[in-house]
Amino acid sequence: MSHEAPDEILTILARDARTPYDTIAKMTGRSVEEVEKAVRGYEQSGVIKTYYTVIDWEKTGSERVVAFIDVKVTPARDVGFDAIACRIARFAQVQSVWLVSGGSDLRVVVEASNLRELASFVAEKLATIDGVTGTTSHFLLKRYKEDGALFFESEQDQRLVVSP
Amino acid sequence: MSQSLSLKPLSKTALEVPFSGIRRFFDIAASMQDVVSLGVGEPDFVTPWSVREAAIYSLERGQTTYTSNYGLLELRREIARYLNNRYQVEYNPDAEILITVGVSEGLDLAMRVLLNPADEVLIPEPCYVSYRPCVSLAGGVAVGVETRAEAKFAVTAEQLKAACTERTKAILLGYPSNPTGAVLNREQIIEIINFARDRGIYIISDEIYDRLTYDGMHTCVASVPGARDITILLNGFSKAYAMTGWRIAYACAPEPILKMMMKLHSYTMLCAPITGQIAALEAIKHAETEVEDMVAHYRQRRRLIVDGLNKLGLTCHMPLGAFYAFPSIKSTGLSAEQFAERLLLEERVAVVPGTAFGAGGNGHIRCSYATGVEKLEMALSRLQNFMEKLRS
Repeated sequence: MSHEAPDEILTILARDARTPYDTIAKMTGRSVEEVEKAVRGYEQSGVIKTYYTVIDWEKTGSERVVAFIDVKVTPARDVGFDAIACRIARFAQVQSVWLVSGGSDLRVVVEASNLRELASFVAEKLATIDGVTGTTSHFLLKRYKEDGALFFESEQDQRLVVSP
Repeated sequence: MSQSLSLKPLSKTALEVPFSGIRRFFDIAASMQDVVSLGVGEPDFVTPWSVREAAIYSLERGQTTYTSNYGLLELRREIARYLNNRYQVEYNPDAEILITVGVSEGLDLAMRVLLNPADEVLIPEPCYVSYRPCVSLAGGVAVGVETRAEAKFAVTAEQLKAACTERTKAILLGYPSNPTGAVLNREQIIEIINFARDRGIYIISDEIYDRLTYDGMHTCVASVPGARDITILLNGFSKAYAMTGWRIAYACAPEPILKMMMKLHSYTMLCAPITGQIAALEAIKHAETEVEDMVAHYRQRRRLIVDGLNKLGLTCHMPLGAFYAFPSIKSTGLSAEQFAERLLLEERVAVVPGTAFGAGGNGHIRCSYATGVEKLEMALSRLQNFMEKLRS
């Protein structure tokens, strides 16, 4: 594992993916062309996976049900957990799949438009996969912070306008 | 006051010390709406949560007492460890470190401990607004040594020699500099220390911006050969840890000097507030990641603002430390005061005129980049409007 400091372009985009290339150029002391080229390179090589927006759906009034599902799995010969994890990951309802340590093997985040849809996904799709030996569902009740964004009122700038 | 009452005048010393040049701009800016401020001399980050949380927890446990006059021993030990690890300079936490209420208090104590009436203190300028007043209030005479933009506002031993007299008692260094962003390198410091030792004069080094350097690590003045014996080192938590309102700082000096500082502190301040000291302890032990993250932000914004100012024709060297750009506005033909006032009233951008920081400040404005990227860009775009208006 190398411990090089990450490219500043990446840290800026991780903070705000909408930062314009010319702003990034000024912030990093590079040319706009260099920044564009570097970002394209990161996109092509898969360093940058995707860009998305963290939205407080509750504020928009749209109903969404999210569950964190701990999945116990019997690993398969040669491929370990990968085959089942990839199989689960391909479902559109599945937002994230992680292999984790602890009491279960996979942690799966599932999103559906209502409880019935989510329950049937778990019962019919997830639990029935060969090698899945058990599931425990935790329903999301309230978001406080997601991907670094606070979902409650954040700090305002309270500084004096001019100070020594 | 009733007409019959004729009070004697207030202290001559107090009356003669001028108000800070920053004050007037604060009053105007505070009365306006939608001002983008580049006039703020403190981080735009809030104190890291782990630090705030430690303070809250201490209050819940009822830690609301005085501390030792020196400050919490555990905090002093951590400061000693930090200075030793970072700069290889050793201070005994039992007798050579004093927790003060901001570097401002440390500066005041240093002056009062060192100066007899009419003793002179050499101060490279432009400099922080309270350096001169602190000298006068202690009965001394502040002698400004003007540094120049061409030398990136770094003072030289030669300049100090030229200003030194029989009455010179100390040199007050404030690097990385508010307002210029200048730093001194190791060689420059060594020359100054050698000169000071020759003349038997003290160094007071205000290193509050030590963590905010962008091209290489800060050199602690006390860490160069021969410096420790003659130096009062001042530093604190305000800038590196975004803890300005907590008012926690420290002074380090050889025992005979520090003992005198502690004596004055014990009578005038007693001790620094305990909640702040507990917060500082958490900061110095556990907030390193947050510091580095904040420095990364400042570094990026520095490039953004310096690039923007230069493109507008406001010549600006790349500041090496702190979070201020100090561009020249000479090309506009306006004085620093006029420029700052018109920019505020016409384009609602607050900056501080360089004249607030003493000699060499005229023809410059101080722009703080302790502000988010979006606001910096908005300020630059308003500055562009202003510059176009001036040219037409």
